[in-house]
Amino acid sequence: MARMKFLCDADRCIECNACVTACKNEHEVPWGINRRRVVTIADGKPGERSVSMACMHCTDAPCAAVCPVNCFYTTADGVVLHSKDLCIGCGYCFYACPFGAPQYPKIGNFGSRGKMDKCTYCAGGPEADGSKEEYEKYGANRLAEGKLPLCAEMCSTKSLLAGDGEIIAQIYKERVLKRGYGSGAWGWKTAYRETIES
Amino acid sequence: MSSFARFIRPAIGAWALLLLITAVPAPSAAQQVNPTASSVNERQLLQEMDRIQGRVSIPDQRSSVLMQPAGREWREFRNVALRWIGGVAILGMLAVLVIYYLTRGMVRLESGRSGRTIVRFNTFERFVHWMTATCFVILAISGLNITFGRPLLLPLIGFDAFSEWSLWAKFAHNYLSFPFTIGVVLIFLMWIGGNIPNKVDLEWIKRGGGLFGHDHPPARRFNAGQKGIYWIVVIGGGLVAVTGYQLMFPFYLTGIEGMQIAQIVHSVVAVLFIAAMIAHIYIGTIGMEGAFEAMGSGEVDINWAREHHSLWLEQQSAQPQTHRAASAAE
Repeated sequence: MARMKFLCDADRCIECNACVTACKNEHEVPWGINRRRVVTIADGKPGERSVSMACMHCTDAPCAAVCPVNCFYTTADGVVLHSKDLCIGCGYCFYACPFGAPQYPKIGNFGSRGKMDKCTYCAGGPEADGSKEEYEKYGANRLAEGKLPLCAEMCSTKSLLAGDGEIIAQIYKERVLKRGYGSGAWGWKTAYRETIES
Repeated sequence: MSSFARFIRPAIGAWALLLLITAVPAPSAAQQVNPTASSVNERQLLQEMDRIQGRVSIPDQRSSVLMQPAGREWREFRNVALRWIGGVAILGMLAVLVIYYLTRGMVRLESGRSGRTIVRFNTFERFVHWMTATCFVILAISGLNITFGRPLLLPLIGFDAFSEWSLWAKFAHNYLSFPFTIGVVLIFLMWIGGNIPNKVDLEWIKRGGGLFGHDHPPARRFNAGQKGIYWIVVIGGGLVAVTGYQLMFPFYLTGIEGMQIAQIVHSVVAVLFIAAMIAHIYIGTIGMEGAFEAMGSGEVDINWAREHHSLWLEQQSAQPQTHRAASAAE
């Protein structure tokens, strides 16, 4: 089985935010929630870089470790998913997550945050693949249809890569070799405890 | 006109050719430049600060924090340290109390009951006490469930039942925090007068509070032990309330790093608070004969008051009638 990962080649990201838009549209993500976002570091200064970030589907995921009701599970593809039926909206995953991925539909409603929502790697949730219930709670299940996450699939500069970790790491390495530079795979050390040598 | 054009066209062409010739070497020079040499670097940013923040163009400005690996330390605290602190504090206190009860037994009324009583806590004081106490017990159980429920209760009742129970427990925890906080404030205000430490307390502590042997050190309305409980409730209750509200209203006061610290303070204070309250419940019920009545009916036996709060009884007896009217009617 493949171990699915995301990789954002920051030297290619042009901050077009198409990944953000594609994600919102594909999954009909509610107002106020962005499963993916583009963060620009050192904006307007020399050396500025933009990084597209969502749930990184960590190895030994912190969210899953701290969840009081154990609502997270990791699929055979290494995708970290959760059950909105079990989630109690306590906010603990959100304290633990290094990437700010978990979000809640109600932020300040006396702590009743509602069911947590995050990137599913376009892999839905515990419901039957492609079912109406799954779509309503988690959005589309592209992985079950043999497709990769839409954000990466439609990235215009192919900055955002999704797929088997080893394959996308290889693609990135070849890029770095060919062009002679690379600012590294952002978040990989934190999420997967490994970096791509470049 | 056409003669002018004939003259100008070769001139433009010459200029264009010149521009091309000078421009061509530029790209080959650019190939030597490494654009990442001057660019922002993940490792360096993480070393400088414990998080990486930038700018986002979506309305949710909180999402501008790109990376915050501090969650890993918080995770260690929550899953390892807190369970040890809580387990040792609560089970340790229970063990101490069981050993104490088995060796010493209930602290008896040595002079027996006189049959005459004196008002110790009026209706309002008892109402505030029990309101706070009821909230505390529910808050404690629902709070412990968040820390210890997953390893202890979830395997017994299964995912769905545990999630349902935890959801209701979370609602109870959030909403009962309001009457609990009001109770802590009222406790602070109504009993502050009797809870300022003084010389009598030193004597009481020196004599071990009468916990060992059959000693009865003198005390005013509240002895040093009760003053300790009072300040644990006021300071501990204040801390859990402040940090709890910080967690209930995310991003109003602090970002995620502040909420991680708030959760650490909240949970450590809470488990120590629970351990202290177990001792309080013990001494107020099976630990001491005649003690529960103070918060039950509000009236204690005169002999109980004489043994445990001698100075208070003297003071009350010297005072003309307001307090003793009720006990006379009994």
